[in-house]
Amino acid sequence: MTIFEKSVPGRKGYELPVYDIEEVKCEIPEHLLRKEPPMLPEVSEVDVVRHYTDLALKNYSVDRGFYPLGSCTMKYNPKINEDMAALFANFHPFQPRETITGAIKLMGHLKELLCEITGTDDMTLQPAAGAHGELTGLLVARAYFEDKGELEKRRKVLVPDSAHGTNPASAAMAGFEVIELKSGEDGCVNLDELKAHLDDSVAVIMLTNPNTLGLFEKDILEIAKMAHEVGALLYYDGANLNAIMGRTRPGDMGFDIVHLNLHKTFSTPHGMGGPGSGPIGVKKHLAPYLPVPVVRKTENGYDLDYNLPKSIGMVRSFYGNFLVMVKAYTYILTMGNKGLKQVSDMAVLNANYLRKKLSRLYKVAYNRICMHEFVIDNEEFSRKTGVKTLDIAKRILDYGMHAPTIYFPLIVHEAMMIEPTETESKMTLDRFVEILEKIYEEAHNNPELVKKAPYTTPVRRLDDVSATKFPIFRYTRK
Amino acid sequence: MHRYIPHTEEEIKRMLQEIGVNSIEDLFVDVPKTIDGYNIPEGKDEFTVRKIVEGLAKENVSFDPENVFLGAGVYYHYIPTVVKHLASNPNFVTAYTPYQAEVSQGTLQMLFEYQTMMCELTGMEVANSSMYDGASAFAESLLMATRITGKTKMLVAQSINPEYRTVAKTYTKPQGIEILEVKYDETGKVDMTNLKSLLSEDVAAVAVAYPNFFGIIEDLKAIRELVPQNVVFIVVAEPVSLALLEAPGKFGADIVVGEGQALGVTPNLGGPGIGFFATLEKHVRKMPGRLIGETKDIEGKKGYVMILQTREQHIRREKATSNICSNQAYIALINAIYLSTMGPQGLKEVAWRSYNNAHVLAKMLEEKGFQRVFKGEFFNEFVIKVPENYREKWHAMVREGILGPIPIDRVYKSLGPSALVCATEVNTKTSMMKLVEVMSK
Repeated sequence: MTIFEKSVPGRKGYELPVYDIEEVKCEIPEHLLRKEPPMLPEVSEVDVVRHYTDLALKNYSVDRGFYPLGSCTMKYNPKINEDMAALFANFHPFQPRETITGAIKLMGHLKELLCEITGTDDMTLQPAAGAHGELTGLLVARAYFEDKGELEKRRKVLVPDSAHGTNPASAAMAGFEVIELKSGEDGCVNLDELKAHLDDSVAVIMLTNPNTLGLFEKDILEIAKMAHEVGALLYYDGANLNAIMGRTRPGDMGFDIVHLNLHKTFSTPHGMGGPGSGPIGVKKHLAPYLPVPVVRKTENGYDLDYNLPKSIGMVRSFYGNFLVMVKAYTYILTMGNKGLKQVSDMAVLNANYLRKKLSRLYKVAYNRICMHEFVIDNEEFSRKTGVKTLDIAKRILDYGMHAPTIYFPLIVHEAMMIEPTETESKMTLDRFVEILEKIYEEAHNNPELVKKAPYTTPVRRLDDVSATKFPIFRYTRK
Repeated sequence: MHRYIPHTEEEIKRMLQEIGVNSIEDLFVDVPKTIDGYNIPEGKDEFTVRKIVEGLAKENVSFDPENVFLGAGVYYHYIPTVVKHLASNPNFVTAYTPYQAEVSQGTLQMLFEYQTMMCELTGMEVANSSMYDGASAFAESLLMATRITGKTKMLVAQSINPEYRTVAKTYTKPQGIEILEVKYDETGKVDMTNLKSLLSEDVAAVAVAYPNFFGIIEDLKAIRELVPQNVVFIVVAEPVSLALLEAPGKFGADIVVGEGQALGVTPNLGGPGIGFFATLEKHVRKMPGRLIGETKDIEGKKGYVMILQTREQHIRREKATSNICSNQAYIALINAIYLSTMGPQGLKEVAWRSYNNAHVLAKMLEEKGFQRVFKGEFFNEFVIKVPENYREKWHAMVREGILGPIPIDRVYKSLGPSALVCATEVNTKTSMMKLVEVMSK
């Protein structure tokens, strides 16, 4: 039942202090005064508590169990991060700067840590999410080429066909023409294909490394050299940073612009889809174009630098999702140098362990040593059994775990993309394998059972086709 | 092994055996080893970490909310205790985007209800499930206006929050969008003569704020009457004020956007807040962001799913209406809990007290000789003329525990020395008297 249906006229769940200030005459012109109150719920405090507690019970979450969504890095979100963020909840962004020196220092420290982790020279913390970071990075690239007088000719952004959907969407928003690169037979960038498209009309090549198949682009140094030879910039989508920490850095591989997803690698929670934080690190030559303000070290601490005449401007208000930054900072302090390397080591170990075990029954696309994730190709499975990847995903829910990412990357049909992360134990992984073995059996012996899944969830399979065809956007009182 | 990682040595050994390699190093053969660890400190226990971060928190000055007279887009309001407690539920905090709808009904129903509440406040037909913040929501509304009209000229009121206009410039420049600024007159409202002179065949949209950055309540009716029907009318609205002010939808707005921080969200040093984004059904396919809709499961039971996803980047890629993926869903939850708790009466009381406190404060300041810059009707913020040395005073007020009205003459140079005063329901008579006293010194 919606909260609106629990509403009873005149009921309330709030009480404000006694109001003892004399009341003025309302001077808002009659035609600008609200005539009908908004239909908001009229419920008691208990109603509110029960409603939202009940809704929470209908959600799966990392705190409940395994959440192997590929490219999403659903690792455990430490509780202390939440407590630390709460310490900064009551500061106003426009407080005099001398009253927020601690917050600015925290941003300065975080920036230095993240520059070291990415191998970049400067950084903005302003973008609110990964895709927002992508847009920011591409706008920086645009400003750089504009400044060099090359924007007219550099119209293209090259994006592999295995890339996250946000890459081409961000490139288009930044005003570039998107050229899709066909992946090679090994699932990586095909150097001949790249060469065929690479000339001085290219502004940026966007890559994620490891790529969305979980494979490390082994020719990355060569790719970087090729890009730089024609004057193009190399962009790193940081969604998959969880695989390489402590061993290499995007900046060392030759990337010029790097975005991070603090809500992935740095364990700030996903909060049902946000807030995230998508800082971008850049090499020195791109620093003048970063959005303002940039946090900088000064003689006596840190300060906000608004004086960047070549800056792209701002991509959102204020400094970014600051509380998310506090959580990421807390996480880095907690993990430290060795801890971050352990993260990647164990994330990659977990992925390979799962890959190996599942490959006995399922077809792994590009079945070789993978990084932090891998992709299962259910095309043949589905042809044989009539059970689609979607059905397998729904059936996993019945067994009390979350499904992997499905139908992505687009270059694998019936794809199932699995990223276990480092915070999952062998016991959990073994349980996931058991579930997939069971479903394999069911798909062969009783496919209808799988095709009608799920059965044990708060609702059964939902009709999203008619939901889009005949959309109901909001609750309406009958 | 670090405490967030469960692996024992024995398990690692067995897992490596299963994979068929000898060591962890064997898993990284493709990766060029360019570093041997980072040049960053080693990890710390949680008591030490706590001490470090608490130390940084203590270096800032916190203000008692009743002594805050600074708004400019971020506001202190009473936040009922239930908001924090209910929103802290880990099934909200640690869930992902609701890709598997059957185990995300909590998220989906909550967002559907949030969308409904935003439709109600704005008077619009469709609201999405959130944008990053008010500024980026505004920027995206201009991009959407171009998709609707195929035109690229925007008339944007100078009285819209300056940061929103800066962000809009950043977003729209690559699309070849031209932004012309519409002046304000001596009332602080949109200068209708100027607006009229700027209107032409090739205008895609007219954008105003309600109330605007100066706190002044724009006459949306008069503006819509002047703006032709085929021009997209964008209203940047302040959501608390909408409990008192007529909904922009009633005046023929095509898109209503704004910042939702005031609805139960702490100031958070400016982020996270939340952008809200509402429009009409006829424009919905041009709209950015995630939408939740109602549907049924195979047994006919009501449920909720993401809808119209073909507008979004994961399907439409470079042809998507926006690149937005992660949004501010968790903050939408906070908005929804707050609005459920306050209800229509509570929100109206908050809006009225904010209005009343601001007007009482304005009178008190006027009695001490401070002049209001604009004559127009205002909601809970207003601009006053201040002495040349006000900026120093503004900094000095911190010592009295007051976060005073923000000087705005660096952004609005033509106003001369001036400050934007804000009051909400959390200010008291005593705190207002204290402010007036400090300002008059």
